[in-house]
Amino acid sequence: MMSIGLTEYLVVAAVLFGAGIFTMITKRNAIGILIGVELVLNSANVNLVAFDRYLERCRIDGQILALVVIVLAAAEAAIAVGICINLYKNLATVDVDTAAKLRG
Amino acid sequence: MSQFSVPWQPKQPYSYGAPARAVIALARLTADIATPLLRRFPGPILIGAIVTVCLGVWAHALVFGYVDQRLLTQPVADAAAFSYFSPSTWGLSPTLLHARLEMAGGQGAALAGLLQYLLWPVQFQIVRDGIALGALFGLFNIIPVYVIWWERKVAGRIQSRVGPMRVGGWHGWAQSFADGIKLVLKEDLVPKEADGPLFRIAPYFTIIPTLVAFMALPLGATYVFRELDVALVFILGVLGVEVVGVIVAGWASNNKWSVYGAMREACQMVSYEIPMGMALLVPVVCVGSLNLRTIAESQAGGWFDWLAFSNPFAFVAFISYFIASLASCKRAPFDLPEAESELVAGFHTEYSGFRWALFFFAEYASMFVIAALAVILFLGGWNSPLPGSWGDALGDGLAAQGFKGLLFSGPIWLMLKSIFLVYVQIWLRWTLPRIRIDQVLYACVQVLLPLTMLLLLGATLWVWASTSDVGWWAVLTTIVTIILGLIGLVFAFGFVGIAAYGFYHRRRLVGNLVIDVLPGS
Amino acid sequence: MYCRGPEGTVLTKRLTAELAPSDSIGSSRLGGLWRLCGWGLAVAAVLVLVPEVRAQQKVIIEPTRVPYQSVEAPPSPLLEVLLFYAVAGSTVFGALAVCFTKNIVRMAVWLLVTLVSVAMLYFLLAANFIAAVQLIVYAGGTLILLIFGVMLTSKSPWVKFEPSKVEVVYAAAVCGLLVAVLAFILTATIWPPAQEQLDATTVADLGRSLMTTYVVPFEVAGVLLMIVMVGAAHLARQEKQSP
Repeated sequence: MMSIGLTEYLVVAAVLFGAGIFTMITKRNAIGILIGVELVLNSANVNLVAFDRYLERCRIDGQILALVVIVLAAAEAAIAVGICINLYKNLATVDVDTAAKLRG
Repeated sequence: MSQFSVPWQPKQPYSYGAPARAVIALARLTADIATPLLRRFPGPILIGAIVTVCLGVWAHALVFGYVDQRLLTQPVADAAAFSYFSPSTWGLSPTLLHARLEMAGGQGAALAGLLQYLLWPVQFQIVRDGIALGALFGLFNIIPVYVIWWERKVAGRIQSRVGPMRVGGWHGWAQSFADGIKLVLKEDLVPKEADGPLFRIAPYFTIIPTLVAFMALPLGATYVFRELDVALVFILGVLGVEVVGVIVAGWASNNKWSVYGAMREACQMVSYEIPMGMALLVPVVCVGSLNLRTIAESQAGGWFDWLAFSNPFAFVAFISYFIASLASCKRAPFDLPEAESELVAGFHTEYSGFRWALFFFAEYASMFVIAALAVILFLGGWNSPLPGSWGDALGDGLAAQGFKGLLFSGPIWLMLKSIFLVYVQIWLRWTLPRIRIDQVLYACVQVLLPLTMLLLLGATLWVWASTSDVGWWAVLTTIVTIILGLIGLVFAFGFVGIAAYGFYHRRRLVGNLVIDVLPGS
Repeated sequence: MYCRGPEGTVLTKRLTAELAPSDSIGSSRLGGLWRLCGWGLAVAAVLVLVPEVRAQQKVIIEPTRVPYQSVEAPPSPLLEVLLFYAVAGSTVFGALAVCFTKNIVRMAVWLLVTLVSVAMLYFLLAANFIAAVQLIVYAGGTLILLIFGVMLTSKSPWVKFEPSKVEVVYAAAVCGLLVAVLAFILTATIWPPAQEQLDATTVADLGRSLMTTYVVPFEVAGVLLMIVMVGAAHLARQEKQSP
């Protein structure tokens, strides 16, 4: 394959997405799950920027959307780390299976 | 042999191989030749080295320009298919170059026979990149080595000592080299309980980003490895990655002092990064570009045109950026992560030998990067205090180009100004006491952050008002510029004057000089 | 690490007490039969959906296929190809390493590798500003925050919470299937031909677009950040109210 096109980038993004989902499913540590979420968001961003580069209609739009996603990811990480720390304060662990009080 | 008989075979003394012996002999020979010369003529050698480096840099640019303009006027191959490696663009053959050289004339046919082989490789981008990377790596190595030596000299002077005096002869000029050799030869210890792979890799996380930052940092209008249109944001981001190495090092050491250092670094980083970025936005707003070359070239009009003096908000932003950058380089008074008196050595407590040296290389190199960034953004970059337009009368001859490069704009000015700012960082480190971590957070988040926000707002309004055609606004701008420029001049001349006074009385005890003569005693 | 205490302290007892009932959650609550039904449904959905997507592609994309195919994609410069495969390789390797690493700090370090590689992908895609922002915000900000979170919530080393093997196998199957299906669809789709070599998008273009077309998302993002700041401060303040 001597020509790098949209497909190659999208496949990389797909692998990132899969890895992120796998991390979210298998990790029990709340921060591990957060890392999985970051991977998924990154895969979405790779998609957006690749569309921006290779599709005429998405020029600029893709990058703007990617910027918004980055902002959202930063905000989400800040809040989620805050929640993790509170979880740790209340339960003395960040195992998400332990935080099942609401299940009744 | 010893008087004790040992039941086991005594170890044979280690014998060095031929390459090591050759290196040792070369080093000894260099020291033997350099020491008497340096003892006798330190000043001329220093100045000569600086001028040689400048001329070398200038000549390299000249050769590249010559090849581009004279020899490659006709495109070599299809321009669209131009690429880094592809064989179809392996440029002009030496014989063709010979013909071009003769066509260009002026150099003489006899010289052309040699030049065709010398110039042939230079037409390839990959060769140029190789040369540039070599130069960059050399700079990256030589800056920390000499800044460390200088820091020790300055620290000595401030504490009424003399600092390193022995290694190499004149003022211990080879002290850092000797330290480097010692550090490389030391055992590379990894604690048993440490997280081995992370512990080993962490120093590289700090040093590689600094090297990458050098790649985007312009040292002159054309002296940049890769010119990025977002160079400013890129350098900031790359220096942010450096922090990860520090935190990982502290964590992987599995030592409570190291972890404290790492947590302090994380805290500190989250708090200084924002005011630093905000302060850097002020020149961006004033110039309207993130490209460092554009920002520096907009300040080519001499001292009063430098951004720090043409805009009051940029003046304050420069100071707040400088404070935040001290925190960014982990320099006193913000050197909490490695606070020697509290945390043994902070995040690098467990490190030794080469990896420890890597941390220090990264710290001193990033001090230079931060200072160069401040110079480019606020202090005119590679422009001299004289207006660049004065050089136009000289024409474009070879000598005129060299003269202009030395007097009006060129890497030498950037280096001088950045080294001065690095000196100020050293000066502050040995003058101010370390502050507490809560004071650091207070200073960054509750003082600097609102201040820089206001500055950004003010700078925006200032730029907006500058576009208006009101007559009194122009008058006001001029007056403000002159006042700020004069403040800067007073500082500059005051500094030079005090330094000259100190140099003149250098035989007196430093403490006496301050107590008897200088103000503030 | 730094909060490591001797076994049998109050902290440890509390931890074991908390953890004991939760060990059996995974297997007891959801019966094997139900799980099998769920899997069957998922597989059936995939089996139904893939031909459906293919058919729809044929229907929708077929008419426009002719002009697309007539344009042969120009070969990319060798350097770009090499760089792409190197960077994509490190991205994928970093992401997979994040999946399969148990130690949380090493996970964060692999995440750093992935994030920096993704930033390099953006450079290859001529999105310089996004790449620089990715470096600042992700590698410099979010990652530090995550590691900070790890440090503050670090558990004792003898308390392990790891998923059961079965769970890992299920997860690997789901994600592998997902990636396989995605890759299949992506390679089967005929995308419009690549454009000419473009210059990097300038920051000015992005800024202009943010201030005109996308001013509402921009402002909303600003408000969101404000809310997040207040929320994070509130979360951090909880400590003082609790005894």
